[in-house]
Amino acid sequence: MLEKIAKILREYKDDETLQISESTTFEELKLDSLDTAELIMNIEEELDVTIDLDEAIKTVGELIKVIEKSQ
Amino acid sequence: MLKGKTAVITGASRGIGKEIALKFAQNGANVAIIYSGSKDEAEKTAQLASGYGVKAIAYCANCADFNRVKEVTKEIINDFSGVDILVNNAGITKDGLLLTMSEADFDAVVGVNLKGVFNFTKHLSRYIIKSAGGRIINISSVSGTNGNAGQANYSASKAGVIGFSKTVAKELAGRGVTVNVIAPGFIETDMTAKLPPSALEGAVSAIPLKRLGKTSDVADLALFLASGAASYITGECIRVDGGMCI
Repeated sequence: MLEKIAKILREYKDDETLQISESTTFEELKLDSLDTAELIMNIEEELDVTIDLDEAIKTVGELIKVIEKSQ
Repeated sequence: MLKGKTAVITGASRGIGKEIALKFAQNGANVAIIYSGSKDEAEKTAQLASGYGVKAIAYCANCADFNRVKEVTKEIINDFSGVDILVNNAGITKDGLLLTMSEADFDAVVGVNLKGVFNFTKHLSRYIIKSAGGRIINISSVSGTNGNAGQANYSASKAGVIGFSKTVAKELAGRGVTVNVIAPGFIETDMTAKLPPSALEGAVSAIPLKRLGKTSDVADLALFLASGAASYITGECIRVDGGMCI
């Protein structure tokens, strides 16, 4: 799952060299709240899942947990 | 002015929505026409719009139904690939004085007029932010800006649309999307035709420009707000009321 998210993030940021781990924060990636919402919508489309946006998601690891819970 | 853009217009089978759909089509926009009950009229509007050489399709959706709006959004994206402009125009009235207004009539009006705006804006925003110069135009009413006896439900819903629009304008400004509101006064439509003649005469006498508005008066402003000429205007509510609320 981490690799899938990393791929989507690299596409979103248009940066093939982007290093992503579970502890990477969206703040480090310079993604504001609207970017994060847009990214999550892209992930929903790519992975065909519905992600509950009610929870505050700050790191890639937290995002993976929410996606796994939604599947 | 809108060549190559795709616009979704709710309540576009009749009245102001129909005029906006045709005006946009005339100016080069593809149009998705949303209707709730008037299938034949919606298809006629789509046919008229197609006459301008653009793609025009009618879709049935009750704006108040969150899940149906989500479905119809997917249908529109499949058919048009993307959306640049959303005009939330669909509205209903169930007038009555507060003391006699039923809960059902309050809920029904707020459901279509306010929640419907939320539903379409929520589901289409993800596509509109991908557009270069996305536009959301919400149709409110002078009843929402100034109140109107007998329309507690309608006024509440239309005032709600203004607050909603200002917030969404702030949220989406970072993506270059503008969100504006048009507040028509008395416009000649099926909705105002239901009013008794004496009420209409009274209304005209209270309008400094001494006439009812035409649907084209509203559509002309919608066209301007949808165009590149209005790219620095957002979060505004503009009345089209012949000076009624001065």
